[in-house]
Amino acid sequence: MSTIPAELRYTTSHEWVSEEDGTYTIGLTDYAQDALGDLVFVNLPQEGDEVTAGEAFADVESVKAVSDVFSPVTGVVVEVNEALLDAPESINEDPYGAWFVRVGEVSEVGELLDADAYAAHCEQEA
Amino acid sequence: MKLLFERSVAGRGQTVFPQLDVPEVAFDQALLRRDMPRLPQMAEVDLGRHYTELASQTHGVNDGFYPLGSCTMKYNPRVNEQVAALPGFTDIHPLQPVETAQGCLRAMHELEAMLCEICGMDAMTLQPAAGAHGEYTGLLLIRAHHLANGDTARTKIIVPDSAHGTNPASAVMAGFTVVSVPSNAQGGVDLDALRAAVGPDTAGLMLTNPNTLGLFDPNILQICQIVHEAGGLCYYDGANLNAVMGHARPGDMGFDCVHVNLHKTFSTPHGGGGPGSGPVGCKAFLAPYLPGPRVAQDADGHLSFEQPEQSVGKVRSFYGNFLVAVRALTYILTLGREGIPEASSTAVLNANYLAHLLAEAGYDLPYGERCMHEFVIDCGPLKAKTGVSAMDVAKRLLDFGIHPPTMYFPLIVHEALMVEPTETEARETLDEFVQMMTAILEEAHTDGERLHGAPFTCPIGRPDEVTAARKPHLRYEFGE
Repeated sequence: MSTIPAELRYTTSHEWVSEEDGTYTIGLTDYAQDALGDLVFVNLPQEGDEVTAGEAFADVESVKAVSDVFSPVTGVVVEVNEALLDAPESINEDPYGAWFVRVGEVSEVGELLDADAYAAHCEQEA
Repeated sequence: MKLLFERSVAGRGQTVFPQLDVPEVAFDQALLRRDMPRLPQMAEVDLGRHYTELASQTHGVNDGFYPLGSCTMKYNPRVNEQVAALPGFTDIHPLQPVETAQGCLRAMHELEAMLCEICGMDAMTLQPAAGAHGEYTGLLLIRAHHLANGDTARTKIIVPDSAHGTNPASAVMAGFTVVSVPSNAQGGVDLDALRAAVGPDTAGLMLTNPNTLGLFDPNILQICQIVHEAGGLCYYDGANLNAVMGHARPGDMGFDCVHVNLHKTFSTPHGGGGPGSGPVGCKAFLAPYLPGPRVAQDADGHLSFEQPEQSVGKVRSFYGNFLVAVRALTYILTLGREGIPEASSTAVLNANYLAHLLAEAGYDLPYGERCMHEFVIDCGPLKAKTGVSAMDVAKRLLDFGIHPPTMYFPLIVHEALMVEPTETEARETLDEFVQMMTAILEEAHTDGERLHGAPFTCPIGRPDEVTAARKPHLRYEFGE
């Protein structure tokens, strides 16, 4: 059973989100990293890039496949976790610590699930 | 085994130069390198043995069964090689006057016409060097068509979630945004999802039919109609043409543009560098945008090259992989009008025969036992029961001298093994494969743990793919 911290919010496409003072931090869930397998490459946006809720803003590559990472919000990237580029394995090792981007100037927030609803969603997909 | 650098012995070599018979020239010191390149120094006999040893560790279709799904690893008849080695085809230069290369132009022209007939298209280019290169070329045609109509809003390409990974990659390369549509329970395109996805921003749809599950989409006419009514064009990925050639034509299904893989369907070398060839065909309205130069024939039968006026430009130097085209032409002429459909019928028969026997043996076929030229086994239930994964089954097959099926693709089946026997395998080979797969299934149930260590007879068993990808060693590191 994968870890699902109660204080975070989630998307059905397996991103986690935390909000502080209008800035949203986004990453991939434990369930997602487990399903994807060992990650070997990450593509990240740049600071200042606009992201749109429901659309891909990054991608991750495992030995099996490349998968998109979708933005839960519409806004502007204010910070990028460039450490991931050299250490994609940190997403596997510490999914809730290995954030991808922080997004500000958020104009729209897509549908987010709480931990219980996300757990039920994962149950359904398994 | 040792690397070339490890076999190197200082001062050893085999190069014997002829006597100098031209005046000696002194080079400017600035042009000369100061240090000798660090190349391995060895005798020709040792070099030969090194490569022979490497070759003995590979597996090709001439070594044994190669049911690699979606790759159509059929046998390549020797006559293809004989024809491609004819001096008229080899002792030529791409820049020599066309009057002196009429035979070569005719070979290209005839192959184009035959591929057009097989695909139901009006025009063809032989330039693209492989399948994904063909996809990219086809998408350039689609883009050129919309732009010529002043239709600059069509920026999206629709791709089903069962598609080859090259489809979305090619679409992005060609400047489009990708929209993924889900499959329905039968593995086909979900029509409602497609209807919801199309619109004034739709440039086109990329589709493989039969799809990567080995299923012919029964709604194909409707699918093309939905895309056309929205103003988009339909691109046919010819990866699975071996299932339908001579029976059904992409052009008749409603597709506007298509690529074929000569190295899959038309028995030219595949793997190990091929080289490949991915000719692109299109309906007449897209022909003005094709890459040039194109072979044209005048009223007297004289052949020359001409540049289409609105051409998207060259996608490769000269005329593509010409000698590969010669091999494909030989194949089509050898099989003829009767042989082409018979080849695909046999490919479909072989796949269905295998699918039926493997289902009977206890493997799970999530989309049923009826298929086209390939089918997908789901090892998910086996893994849940015994811990043995698709990877374990594939690795164990190596011990039996068989190239494993395609693994973990399509992505919509998580523990997928995708099996494509092709038409060039005899019933005895298929029966042996079933025996081996049955034996592996028994091993999984009696001693599944052991299978995690397979293969047991190969020089390399399970390379560490993750570390190789994360920390690649891309060159030899000298000791000093």
